[in-house]
Amino acid sequence: MKQGSILERLAVLADAAKYDASCASSGTAKRNSKDTGGKGIGSTEGMGICHAYAPDGRCISLLKILLTNHCIFDCHYCINRASSNVARARFTPQEVVDLTLSFYRRNYIEGLFLSSGIVKSSNHTMEQLVEVARILREEHDFRGYIHLKTIPDADAELVHQAGLYADRVSINVELPTDAGLARLAPDKNTGRIEAAMAEVKDDIAQSRDETKRFRNAPRFAPAGQSTQMIVGADAASDADIVGKASRLYDGFRLRRVYYSAFSPIPDASAVLPLKRPPLMREHRLYQSDWLMRFYDYSAAEVMQATGDDGMLPLDIDPKLAWALKFRERFPVDVNRAGREAMLRIPGLGVRAVDQIIAARRQRTLRLEDVGKLTVSIAKVRPFIVALDWRPTALTDRADLKSLLAPKQEQLELFAA
Amino acid sequence: MTAPLPDGDAAFYSVQLPAPDDFGFWRDTARALMQCSVPPDRIAWVEPGGSGDLFADGGQPLPVPAADAPQVRASKPFIQAAETAICHSDPARFALLYRLLWRHQANSRVLEDRTDSDVRRLDELARTVRRDKHKMRAFVRFRALAEADGEERFVAWFEPEHHILRSNAAFFVNRFANMRWSILTPRGSLHWDGEVLAEGPPAQRGDAPGEDPTEDLWRRYYASTFNPARLKIGAMLKEMPRKYWKNMPETALIPELVAGAQAREVAMVEAGALEFDERPTTLSAIDKAIHACRKCPIGALENQAVMGEGPHHAALMIVGEQPGDQEDQQGRPFVGPAGQVLDVHLQRAGIDRGTTYVTNAVKHFKFVDRGKRRLHQTPTAKEIDICRWWIEGERQIVQPRLILAMGASAARGMLGKTVSVSKARGTAHPMEDGSELWITAHPSYLLRLDGTAREEQERLFQADLVAVADRLAVLTR
Repeated sequence: MKQGSILERLAVLADAAKYDASCASSGTAKRNSKDTGGKGIGSTEGMGICHAYAPDGRCISLLKILLTNHCIFDCHYCINRASSNVARARFTPQEVVDLTLSFYRRNYIEGLFLSSGIVKSSNHTMEQLVEVARILREEHDFRGYIHLKTIPDADAELVHQAGLYADRVSINVELPTDAGLARLAPDKNTGRIEAAMAEVKDDIAQSRDETKRFRNAPRFAPAGQSTQMIVGADAASDADIVGKASRLYDGFRLRRVYYSAFSPIPDASAVLPLKRPPLMREHRLYQSDWLMRFYDYSAAEVMQATGDDGMLPLDIDPKLAWALKFRERFPVDVNRAGREAMLRIPGLGVRAVDQIIAARRQRTLRLEDVGKLTVSIAKVRPFIVALDWRPTALTDRADLKSLLAPKQEQLELFAA
Repeated sequence: MTAPLPDGDAAFYSVQLPAPDDFGFWRDTARALMQCSVPPDRIAWVEPGGSGDLFADGGQPLPVPAADAPQVRASKPFIQAAETAICHSDPARFALLYRLLWRHQANSRVLEDRTDSDVRRLDELARTVRRDKHKMRAFVRFRALAEADGEERFVAWFEPEHHILRSNAAFFVNRFANMRWSILTPRGSLHWDGEVLAEGPPAQRGDAPGEDPTEDLWRRYYASTFNPARLKIGAMLKEMPRKYWKNMPETALIPELVAGAQAREVAMVEAGALEFDERPTTLSAIDKAIHACRKCPIGALENQAVMGEGPHHAALMIVGEQPGDQEDQQGRPFVGPAGQVLDVHLQRAGIDRGTTYVTNAVKHFKFVDRGKRRLHQTPTAKEIDICRWWIEGERQIVQPRLILAMGASAARGMLGKTVSVSKARGTAHPMEDGSELWITAHPSYLLRLDGTAREEQERLFQADLVAVADRLAVLTR
């Protein structure tokens, strides 16, 4: 097949890859190229760097492309499915390596996020992805970040090799329910995807164990594994999604579960809903994810914040929704309460809570003091007791939600 | 503070810093002044290029602490915050740090009280500097320049808001160890040759290369990775404020990307828009509706819709791909050459076409005009998927016990996914409504074969029909 210029193919293969939400380049082992005597290139700092932001608000940290967007699978939500009319292109592994290095040298990126449509077979495709990582690591001593997507049904040995070169590996569960996957991704299978995740989990655990005992043991995917779920392409409720995410975190020790609001794609399959779900829904799911990861909420507690239809409210955040449902837990005394109780106060982040705890060792806090540590005291006030403040009737007011919910115009601006 | 003030000493000191980010000098000077118990309001800190204090020139020589002067205490978090905050461009930062150090001697936990205005200011300065350093690591853009020996040097022009160049140098050395690079700023410059880091004087924009061909690739990547269906300009501006834009090649694209985004999304949704009215509930109503259907380009060709035919509650439904030339002219399914092949094999298998509902996955004939002949064209997967709306309507009304899909297009019309006929044939595929789907080749496929290949395929086709007949007998018993 005739191949276009690098520029044309980059456009096709970047466009094809952009529906994957993950762009993190953080949480991996610290490395640099100076210690190698100036032979290699690249470093990782633990904290990732976003080198640019696109007008969709998403960070550009990695060169996120597909090796090819030819695909023998026919997943309805995917722009690259076999039956789609999208323009096709492919890169050779060497072309991806050259592109990655020339971007990296100019400080455009932290590294590479490489995925691929499935050509010939799963194993053939996976071999090509591994080859890109091998050239970067072995021939160029590249010490930047590499995220490889593992291909469904690829051989465990190939996935293992990928993990030895990459900082992070991931495979997408795609849809929150098995029925959704069967309907929209007929060639994929939940059982096999989860089996692959379990293998990676075991490899990571084994490598952690070996590095403890032998300092030079090879590191396997030091930034862990992640996955992605599409929101709004099937009928799954937020409660379904939160439940699934929680099972994935527990079952496979995932670093992150990404949510991607289904967005209309060119040449869409006729089975899909045409309209996107509100972007706010994706935002609320991420907030619920944070509640579970940093605020000690269990999945069951997050589900308590959903309405009768299993959906999180769009107009207020899930933490506030939970607090409004469990008012008997408030007000919380900021001068006495434990950290867990403080973390439940709407409007207080982890940082503010820790600062309040440090400050109250110095003196008993007034409402004004708390106000200096938070963005909006108006939102916090109904839920706390301070030296000179007690909300009395406020916590029990029936119209409390309307007092605290953001104004409608603001919501629209944010959701757009 | 333990050391007593020297009698009647109301001296005022002016400290000239050698460089705006020289933390070591500030620390040593502050320690000495603290040991001499010089209170914060008696010191003016002057940085190079900064506005001199009234007393700057004639200031007293700095006092020298006694050998037995008490130790000055400073906690680790304070040192760390101070070292960072000193890179800020606020001229009042040195005095703030000294004031906090002074208060720190009386209360070593002063830093823990974030409601204190000095503590919050220190926190703010340190945070601003950390953010500025981080943004420099993110937004520096190198351009390649060929040097005299043929090697490349990567040169960047950057305009930091604070004095962060020197403290950020290690990051770039660690990352780009095997490259030659220079970072030029209005406050000074850094040069790395692969082994040694050198500092240079302030530079100007014109000292850096004006372009780099790789930026075309980068801009194309930036535009392509942007998803126009989700515009969030506020989120972008929060993390990439406009002040950084002028030295980033990709940002010139932002206005057109934003302007085009809404238009592009509307176009995408419209191109895919399929707004069917409510589905008709009788076969005659479907017949009428498909004649008006223009949901895909096939409907717009010069052809007529061909409705399925047969008893309304037939136990067996046979589905083909689409009407052919003959079928289109006569308006009836399977009356052309393929239909004749089908009839022969049905008869041999003992299936009565008269009790069977025969129809197609796609309702209109897709062809290209080749002068006298209209040449059959295979419908695309999307066209088949669109037409599922009608075939599903027929299935709901007829409610067959068994469906025989002939060919890959018919199978897709039933399943919504593409399957391989050779793998899927010969067994029952249970459907959601309780019926069974069987899959076989399309009879027109037999017409395209010769010799032994044709004999072999006819045998397989016949065997499929016999299996269907047997199964149908069981299901309708």
